Amino acid sequence: MRYLPLTEADRRDMLAAIGAPSVDALFGDVPAAAHLTQPIAGLAPHQGELQVERALSRLAARNVPAGSCPSFLGAGAYRHHVPASVDQLLTRGEFLTSYTPYQPEVTQGTLQYLFEFQTQVALITGMDVANASMYDGATACAEAVLMANRVTRRNRAVLSGGLHPHYRDVTATTTGVLGVELVTLPADPKGIEDLAAAIDDKTSCVVVQNPTLFGHIADLTPLAEACHAKGALLVVVVTEVVSLGLMPSPGSMGADIVVAEGQSIGNGLNFGGPYLGLFATRDKFVRQMPGRLCGETVDADGKRGFVLTLSTREQHIRREKATSNICTNSGLCALAFTMHLSLLGELGFTGLATLNHAKAVQLADKLAAAGVTVLNQGFFNEFTVQVKGDAAALVDTLAAEPILAGVPVSRLHPGQADLADLLLVAVTETTTEDDMDALVKALGGTL
Amino acid sequence: MNTQGRKTTPDAESTAGTDVGTFTGHKGLVHEEPLIFELDNPGVTGVDLEAAPAVASRLGGLKARTGIGLPGLSEPTVVRHYTRLSQKNFGIDSAMYPLGSCTMKHNPRLNEKLARLPGFGDIHPMQPQSTVQGALELIDQLAHWLKTLTGMPAVAMSPAAGAHGELCGLMAIRAALQARGEGNRTRVLVPESAHGTNPATAAFCGFTVDAIPAEANGRVSVEAVKAKLGPDVACIMLTNPNTCGLFEPQVKAIADAVHAAGGYFYCDGANYNAIVGRVRPADLGVDAMHINLHKTFSTPHGGGGPGSGPVVLSDALAPYAPLPYVVHGADGFRLVEHAGEVEGDAQPFGRLKAFHGQMGMFVRALAYIMSHGADGLRQASSDAVLNANYVKARLQDLMSVPFDGYCMHEALFDDRFLKDTGVTTLDFAKAMIDEGFHPMTMYFPLVVHGAFLIEPTETESKATLDQFIGAMRHLAGKAKASDAAHFLAAPRYTPRRRLDETAAARKPVLRWTPPAA
Repeated sequence: MRYLPLTEADRRDMLAAIGAPSVDALFGDVPAAAHLTQPIAGLAPHQGELQVERALSRLAARNVPAGSCPSFLGAGAYRHHVPASVDQLLTRGEFLTSYTPYQPEVTQGTLQYLFEFQTQVALITGMDVANASMYDGATACAEAVLMANRVTRRNRAVLSGGLHPHYRDVTATTTGVLGVELVTLPADPKGIEDLAAAIDDKTSCVVVQNPTLFGHIADLTPLAEACHAKGALLVVVVTEVVSLGLMPSPGSMGADIVVAEGQSIGNGLNFGGPYLGLFATRDKFVRQMPGRLCGETVDADGKRGFVLTLSTREQHIRREKATSNICTNSGLCALAFTMHLSLLGELGFTGLATLNHAKAVQLADKLAAAGVTVLNQGFFNEFTVQVKGDAAALVDTLAAEPILAGVPVSRLHPGQADLADLLLVAVTETTTEDDMDALVKALGGTL
Repeated sequence: MNTQGRKTTPDAESTAGTDVGTFTGHKGLVHEEPLIFELDNPGVTGVDLEAAPAVASRLGGLKARTGIGLPGLSEPTVVRHYTRLSQKNFGIDSAMYPLGSCTMKHNPRLNEKLARLPGFGDIHPMQPQSTVQGALELIDQLAHWLKTLTGMPAVAMSPAAGAHGELCGLMAIRAALQARGEGNRTRVLVPESAHGTNPATAAFCGFTVDAIPAEANGRVSVEAVKAKLGPDVACIMLTNPNTCGLFEPQVKAIADAVHAAGGYFYCDGANYNAIVGRVRPADLGVDAMHINLHKTFSTPHGGGGPGSGPVVLSDALAPYAPLPYVVHGADGFRLVEHAGEVEGDAQPFGRLKAFHGQMGMFVRALAYIMSHGADGLRQASSDAVLNANYVKARLQDLMSVPFDGYCMHEALFDDRFLKDTGVTTLDFAKAMIDEGFHPMTMYFPLVVHGAFLIEPTETESKATLDQFIGAMRHLAGKAKASDAAHFLAAPRYTPRRRLDETAAARKPVLRWTPPAA
């Protein structure tokens, strides 16, 4: 029992100091019938590192890592190269094994990186201010709708048909219990929906994803103007945060709240979690924000330092009147993001985005040349292709190669025959030309 | 955790510095470190990328972005910067971190290694399920042990943290009530001693909150609960062991009374680490309980997350568990992701998270469970409770104990022992920092004045506990000897001394901005 330092002699001495006859006596408040007397059914006794590693490695070996074969998976999670130094620094015990920085004098490390993180998020989204992170992009999206309702004192949100269906569902689940009315537009594979027409004087916000699930990109300025003309807010969702290195920022297009999935920077795929929700807004709305905020101040010697602040919005002070129930967020994922983005810097971040886009264009051109239909005019690093027959069946067949050909739209929008032949294909800097050729061969061959 | 009685601006007395001054401002190993934005060297980057293929942009007419404002830094600069920041942080790896209710136990490094295996860390949530059978089996295995340990028939794995788990549990309760045609049950009973997340979650889920007062002995009585029960009560949210570090002796009777009145029992499982392997929540009448994998099963707290908060559910609530979930079919494991794929009596209330849950935390938690095994898990709970009682026994003559008797995994003190000393709980906490310990949780729970909530956990040795006890006795003695100045000036040996929280909130500066030219 390598994690337990007490010896039997220690335990005897400690019981004597306590004046208790046995450890069982310390559990005297437990109702007699609730004491477990048998060991946990079926659970083996303690095991060494070697045995545990062997067992879990066996499970790991039954999965196909995305990096082990050509992979074009996206739809809200992207495989990017994370510099080696990020994980090396992340596992420093002073970061890894620290708690929420409630005692600022001994957590200036955490607080300073959160301040840097908030600044970076504000810069890339083009907003004034960002919080210290949410669980993931989808939960951040739900919180954005609730915040827009608080700000506008309205109760009806319009969700674009280009919004990731999981974001739509998390938003519906979270806001539904509070009686929020959602106007959900149908799936928009061609990028032609008219969101402005759905806004009325009861609309609290319009939630639009850019690029959309299907990869379409848009200048959101007219939509922002349409929102503001009716007193509604524009919530912009970004599921591929690398796109912000090349596309105009949501802030520059008039967004009031920007939420994003930050996984692409610094964080691995991890089968969907833990991920990193980004949340940014305008200065004037800061007191309506959910989540933790780090702020600058001075210490008793007048030196600059950082603390958690505006906590009167939060559950541990405000209890049932809090702006959200969130407590634990994604601190370590935020650190990974901040370190990776610090390494990239202005040149690296814009260069990475340019590289992603150029490679995606290269693949789209190769596919088109092979006779595969690409639905998008404009896109960032992901687009929709139309395959012959059922895209899900094709993806399953190619998985045996293995080629991870992309995400079939039917997995996200099930039961819609008109979407069954659509496949979402994502490209990142990790995609090689050989990978592309393998996909072109596989998809071209299906025509 | 709370501002009750807590000063948030440094006192004049505490500004007496100890700094002898250096040319650089650095102090030995502790460096004054600017923000990354102040280290900007335009044109420098810490990442080399391959040249982009020469293609025409397809941005749909949008202009490529320039001038974001990110600083340029080389890899050595970045590595040094974050190493220096880490050196300004306290972690469990540094020293004892007795933060009550937060369960700062050792984080085994094997678990870090395993979570990073490409077979777990480099798989995409939307891969074909035939390519992730090992991952689905891992989730299923962890779910099995969580159910077995708690005695509960079902578990929802996707919640991302404890408060997210609370939301999951209350949504399941809401769905069950609506299915029974009793959606008019809108009141949730929450004891005063509860974590702030409990009332916040109830409100976030559309319920009204009704507080139950604590008894003089720090417990909740069945009579107090019965007095609040009625046809509009949806559930009780009860923390057990409670936030005073006490097991609720009437928990089963409370559960029975709530059930008899048609309500459900949500148990806040933040303190489940005290009873793993010794008590099964199912045997206490629990309908739903979240398990903080980052507390009980030792996944790292990471400076405030990521966490993971699976929720075990009773038969009454199991059908309403959210999507997605793993089932075992004839040809292997399968994810049920949509309402259309649901079989049997399941009626999922919706979806809580973009993907399937905190896989990285699942790997670590399963490795923890397997490493401890049946004997180790029970021993860990036993040692956690023994350590807390040892601290309580060795400090109760000098500090003040609000509730007599044995405690569970954390020892609660109040500030009566500081009466008329001029020293507050906050001052005491800051002096503990100078002694090399992270402070306990202070000013929580709210039911005692100036609370000190000390949770040593099972991974502290007796030698460390003895040193901690020695330091606490030393400080308690100093306070009683009217040496308030010692406390008011603390902490002295930290990278920053007391920080002005009032100023931070009055005029918030939440990001760096370039200095005016």
